[in-house]
Amino acid sequence: MNFGFTEEQELLRAEVRKFLDEHAPLEQVRKWMETPEGFSRELWKQIAELGWPGLLVPEPHGGAGLGFVDLTVVLEETGRTLLPSPLLATTLAAATIRDAGSSAQQARWLPSLADGSAIGTVAVLEAQGHLDPAGILLRGTRQGDAWLLAGEKHFVLDAGAADLFVVAFRSGNAPEALGLAVIECQTQGVRVRTTSNLDATRRLGTLRLDAVRVPTDRVLGEPGAAAPALARLLDRGAAAVTAEMIGAAEGALALTVTYAKQREQFGSPIGRFQGVKHPLAEMYVDVESFKSLLYYAAWALDESPEEVPRAVSLAKAYASEAFARIGLDTVQLHGGIGYTWEYDAQLYLKRSKWARPAFGDAAYHYDRVARLGGL
Amino acid sequence: MDFHLTPEEEAFRAEVRAFLEEVLPEDADRNDPKLLARWWRRVRERRWVGFSWPEEVGGGGGSLMQQVILKEEMAKRNAPPLGSCFMGLAWVGPAIIQYGTEEQKRRFIPDILDGSYQWCTGYSEPGAGSDLAALQCRALRDGDEYVVNGQKIWTSIAMWSKWMILLVRTDPNPKDKHDGITCLLVEMDTPGISVRPIRNMSGGTMFAEVFFDDVRVPVANRLGAQGEGWKVTLTALAHERSGIAEVEGLKRKLEELKDLARRVGPNGRPARDDDVLRRRLARLEARIEAMRMNGMRFLTRQLKGEPLGSETSINKLHRANLEIELGDLALELQGAAGPLTGDAAPDGGRWQRFALSWAEVVIGGGTPNIQKNIIAERILGLPKD
Repeated sequence: MNFGFTEEQELLRAEVRKFLDEHAPLEQVRKWMETPEGFSRELWKQIAELGWPGLLVPEPHGGAGLGFVDLTVVLEETGRTLLPSPLLATTLAAATIRDAGSSAQQARWLPSLADGSAIGTVAVLEAQGHLDPAGILLRGTRQGDAWLLAGEKHFVLDAGAADLFVVAFRSGNAPEALGLAVIECQTQGVRVRTTSNLDATRRLGTLRLDAVRVPTDRVLGEPGAAAPALARLLDRGAAAVTAEMIGAAEGALALTVTYAKQREQFGSPIGRFQGVKHPLAEMYVDVESFKSLLYYAAWALDESPEEVPRAVSLAKAYASEAFARIGLDTVQLHGGIGYTWEYDAQLYLKRSKWARPAFGDAAYHYDRVARLGGL
Repeated sequence: MDFHLTPEEEAFRAEVRAFLEEVLPEDADRNDPKLLARWWRRVRERRWVGFSWPEEVGGGGGSLMQQVILKEEMAKRNAPPLGSCFMGLAWVGPAIIQYGTEEQKRRFIPDILDGSYQWCTGYSEPGAGSDLAALQCRALRDGDEYVVNGQKIWTSIAMWSKWMILLVRTDPNPKDKHDGITCLLVEMDTPGISVRPIRNMSGGTMFAEVFFDDVRVPVANRLGAQGEGWKVTLTALAHERSGIAEVEGLKRKLEELKDLARRVGPNGRPARDDDVLRRRLARLEARIEAMRMNGMRFLTRQLKGEPLGSETSINKLHRANLEIELGDLALELQGAAGPLTGDAAPDGGRWQRFALSWAEVVIGGGTPNIQKNIIAERILGLPKD
C-alpha cells in the first residue's frame, strides 16, 4: 500500500516548480494576461522543450508516455501560479487522439502536439452548456467519404490559440450516437471568435462550423461510437481542472495565511482571532481533502477504469464547491486590500469562477455520484 | 501510487474475514450478551485485543497495515469493539505501557486486556474543558500518599468503573500551566470519592460528576513522574491513527441513510426524488471518501516511518461534521415524522436516537473549534489565542 508519489514524480514536481518560480511568477502572469493572446508563445516553447505537453503522449509519437498521476504533479504547479498556457487544452486533445485514434491518426497529430508546434483543444459544450451526450446537437451528416459538420461549440478553452480542435458531434438520433472529429483551424468553414472571460488567465472562445467537410480519416474511431471516448475525455478534463485547483487553492491559502500573520489590528496579528483563524483552518482541511480525492481519481485514471466516474465526480464536486468558497474567503479575509486590482487575491477568485463549472459543476457531479451509488 | 496489499497482508485480510464469518453471523444481535462474551473470548485468544501493543506486555504486536485491515474488516461487519475495557484499551493501557513501572504494568495490563473491569478518565473539570491544562483539582503529597481534593465532570462511565486515570495539579503556581500536573491511578471505591450521574440529552446517563474529598492515593499509583502528567496524557504509542476504520462505520451509516431516502421523504415523495436531498447525500459521500483517502495518505506516511502530527485533526473535524450531518439529515428526510420517537417513528426511532448521539464523539475528543485551532496554530503557524 502506497498512496504517495514516487521519487521520480517528486523530482518532476521540484523541476516544474523551480522552472515556474523562475519564469512564471504571478507578476509575470499578470503581464501575459494583459496581452491580446493571453499567454507567452516563448514560454510555451520552453514548456514544450521540457516535454510537458507530451506527458501523456506515447513515446513512439514523441511524448513521455507517462500517466495521469504524473500529469497531476505538473498541473498542481501550473495551477499554483495560475499559469496562462494552452497546456491543459493541448494535453486533453492529445490524450483523446491517443485513446480514440487509429495508429495512423496518432502518428499524424500526436508528434506536433507533443513537441508544442501545434496547440490543440477540445470542443464539447454547446450554447446550453450541457455536458451529457444529449447536450451534443452539432450535427454531422455523412456525404461520401466525408462528414459535413455544422453548428457551434461554446466555452472552448484556448479556442483563439488552437491549431487543432477535437470536436464532439452528433452522428445519429440515438442518444449515444456521437462522433469525435479532428478539425484544423484553417479548414474552410471554420470560424473562431474569442469571448471575454472573467478569468484573464483562461481564454475561451466559440467555434463555428459552417458545413465544414471532414474526411472520414479525420474522425476518431468508429463514427457513432465515440460516447465512451468522450466520457473519458470529460473525466480526464474534470480531473485536470481539479488538479490545477489544488495548486491554486494552496496558493490562495498561502497568500492569506501570510497576510494574517503580518496584518495587525486591535493590537494583534489578525491571524490570532478565531474569526480569521477558523476559516483558514477550514480552507486547509478542504484543500487537503479534495487533493486526496483527486489523487484517488488520478490513480484510477491510470490503473482502475471502472472506478473513474465515481472517483472523478467526488473530487470535482468537492473541489468546485470548496475552491469557490476559498476564492471568496481569500478576498474577504484580506479586507480592503483584497479588493484591489494590484493585489493577487482577485486572481484566485476569478480562477474559481472558471474552474467551478469547467467539465461539470458540483451539482452535475453530485448527481452522478448519487446515480452511481444507486439513488 | 499503489493500493495493492502484499500477499501476506491479503492472507491476513482473508484470515480476519473467515474469523468474522464464523464468530459474527451477519444478522446476529450485536448486543446479545452471549454473543459478546464469545466474541471477546475469541478475539482475546487471537491476541487481537491490544493488537497494536508490544507482545511482551501481552499485546498482539500487529503491524500498522494489519491494524488497519483488522479494524476495517471489523467495521464492515459491524463488529463489537475488541475487548470490553474501552478506555483502558484506548489510552490508559498505552499510557501505562509507556510511562508505568513494571509493577503497574503487571498489575493493570492483563486486566485491561481481559476486560476484567472498567476504567474511567478524570480529565475535564467545570473550569477546564477545552482548556484542559487549566485544571484545578489539587493533590498534596503526604508521606507515601497524595491527598486529592476537587471535582471532575463529564466523566464517562464513572459510576461503573473500578479505576480512574486522574489528572491533578500538584503545583498550584507553575510558570506554564501545562507544568505541575500529575497523573494518578485511583481506585474508585477509595473513601472520599462520590459520583453523581448526569443525564444527557438523549435521556441516558453515561457520564457523571466526580467529587474528591481528602481522597488518599498511594504514591505507588502515580503514573510517570510528579509534574509529568500533561506528557503522560499525550502518549504516542505507534498505533494506527489514520481514521480509515472510522470511515467504514460512516459508510455503513450513509448506506442505511440512502436506503431510508428510498423509502421516506419530506414532501409526499421519496427523498431520493428530491434533487437537493439527493445531492446532500452525495455530498456526505464525498466527505466520507475524502476521509478515507486522507487516511490513506496519512497511513502511507506512517508506513514510511514519518510520525503523524496535527494533520490527524483534518479527519477528526470531518468525522465530527459527518456525525452531526448524518443524524440531522436522517430526521430531515423523514419530514413530519422526524420529531417522533420510538415505534411511532420510522425504523423504530433508531434515527432519532442516532441524531442525538453525536455529542459523545464530537465533543468528547475535542470540539470542532479546538480542532480548527490545532490546524491553524500547529500546521498553518498562526499565532496562539
